Amino acid sequence: MSFLTLTGIQKSYGASKVVKDFDLSVDRGELVTFLGPSGCGKTTTLRMIAGFETPTEGSIRINGKDVTSLRANKRAIGMVFQAYALFPNMTVAQNIGFGLKVAGKPAAEIKLRVDEMLAMIKLPQLADRYPYQLSGGQQQRVSLARALAPSPQILLLDEPLSALDARIRVSLREEIRALQRSLGITTIFVTHDQEEALSMSDRVVVMNEGAIEQVGTPSEIYNAPRTRFVASFVGTLNLIDGKIVDASVGAIDIDGQRATTRRKLNGAKPGDILAMALRPEALRLGAGDADRNTLAGVIEDVSFLGAVVRVRVRLERAAIIVDTFNSGADDLPARGASVAVNFGRDDLIPLLAH
Amino acid sequence: MKGGKFGAWLAVFVGVAYFLAPLVATFEFSLRMRRGEYSFDAYRVVFASGAFQASFLYSTVLAVVTIFVGILIVVPTAYWVQLRLPRLRGIVEFTTLLPLVIPAIVLVFGYIKLYGSSSILPLTSTSLGADALLMFGYVGLGLPYMYRSVETALRSIDVRTLTEAAESQGAGVFTILFHVILPNIRSGILSGAFLTFAIVIGEFTFASLLDRPAFGPYLQLIGASRAYEPSALAIMAFALTWACMGLIQLFGGGPRTSAGKR
Repeated sequence: MSFLTLTGIQKSYGASKVVKDFDLSVDRGELVTFLGPSGCGKTTTLRMIAGFETPTEGSIRINGKDVTSLRANKRAIGMVFQAYALFPNMTVAQNIGFGLKVAGKPAAEIKLRVDEMLAMIKLPQLADRYPYQLSGGQQQRVSLARALAPSPQILLLDEPLSALDARIRVSLREEIRALQRSLGITTIFVTHDQEEALSMSDRVVVMNEGAIEQVGTPSEIYNAPRTRFVASFVGTLNLIDGKIVDASVGAIDIDGQRATTRRKLNGAKPGDILAMALRPEALRLGAGDADRNTLAGVIEDVSFLGAVVRVRVRLERAAIIVDTFNSGADDLPARGASVAVNFGRDDLIPLLAH
Repeated sequence: MKGGKFGAWLAVFVGVAYFLAPLVATFEFSLRMRRGEYSFDAYRVVFASGAFQASFLYSTVLAVVTIFVGILIVVPTAYWVQLRLPRLRGIVEFTTLLPLVIPAIVLVFGYIKLYGSSSILPLTSTSLGADALLMFGYVGLGLPYMYRSVETALRSIDVRTLTEAAESQGAGVFTILFHVILPNIRSGILSGAFLTFAIVIGEFTFASLLDRPAFGPYLQLIGASRAYEPSALAIMAFALTWACMGLIQLFGGGPRTSAGKR
């Protein structure tokens, strides 16, 4: 049975519907990420789980109990905010112990738990510091410890890494994931950063304009995006129009050149134009074997990105990006040169219309 | 350039002289009670006066109660407006400014009319009732200062996020207000409190028309009947007000917040 269930959630502010028909089941111990651009409704949905917003319609159940109308302070959730939200008047230890103090735990028990949490976030030496004396990364660690100290049922993380610099962001996300795994706590993570979502999550919920576009494992989301939005939001992508030649064998016409996909074309008829996704890293320069697709074009641009060399190839109307590993060779492909590009039949992904 | 600098210094000098000359003259005059030499006799007489002690104590106690009641009314109101009713901010701000626009004498006549001996709630009929009426009047007079100080302090912290962080930790509204919000707007509350104290301690109109034994009417009485003591009292009132201002500066640093909001 699911630990957290959201059923038919809708949220409107006046005439504006910000979350639409949101259904999701999260298992105990799972880390699910809500991924989407600003204003897609991910934070609003998280806030409804936290109890800071009430759904206009639908229900939220935690561990089988309907909490839709339950106040935030009765839900036993732990929340980490983007802006840390540590209490400025309290020391690190007091911040971490706040929830336990509110719950009326004895002082000795609070101290024990605070020490345990400080050891967990590897900051025992900072117990008596005030938040303004800490760096951003330290503050967010303390915020995490504070959220976890009362042993909440669910941990909610609202873009907790957005305010940190890139290096700390990467190390902290690894720490958060390791902690979440070791504690086995059901966690909802909100982010607009696809790399964070893919690297940390058991499952990713991609949202757009208040609705779920796709739910799946990071691999499913990346390798088998269902919609144009998911495909374009997660990773760099080539979006090209393909004209259906024969749906039964997956034959497609791309800019006058023939290609084949092994993926289902969902009842498309000959002559239909379908949006197709092609990951840049799935493409290789040069003609491919007979079981691979090969398209001919002209090199329009070459960008050296360090580990990757990005080549833009113009077909006729469409241009596609090819990412190749930097092999160390000095001679980069020349602009204006004719080139063949090949890719596997599984790599050409037909997308749903919306 | 040199001329501009000289002009600036001249302006400062004239300004300082304009404010300090009467003060220095008053102080000098307050020291001339004893013929032929300077002394603090006027101050000694004032301090020894039973009427001074009683009226000063009365006004001080009234100021403290006014501050306490003012905080109880203003802090939750400003917090709630900031958190849940931001659209009402304009109306609330306008309302809190009214005591600055409506003359004190109009307010106090309104009070006497509403709470006089022939009204449903005849507060002026008893000493305690009149004291309470005076105190509530002072809460109103101090409202523009108290509300503004508290509101500014609230704006300097992330009220919504701190409230939600505390709620997610299981805290109820009173815990949030007294353990999270209040300590972080202490500077604003203290500023409002000192300003209220400075207003209440020398207020004349309300106290006089409600016939209360406050420090303001005492100052007026002494001013009308003595020579040197009023100057001594004026200097003391200045010192008290400046002490309040100094304390505002001292405690006006505000909290240092983790969210970077000041």
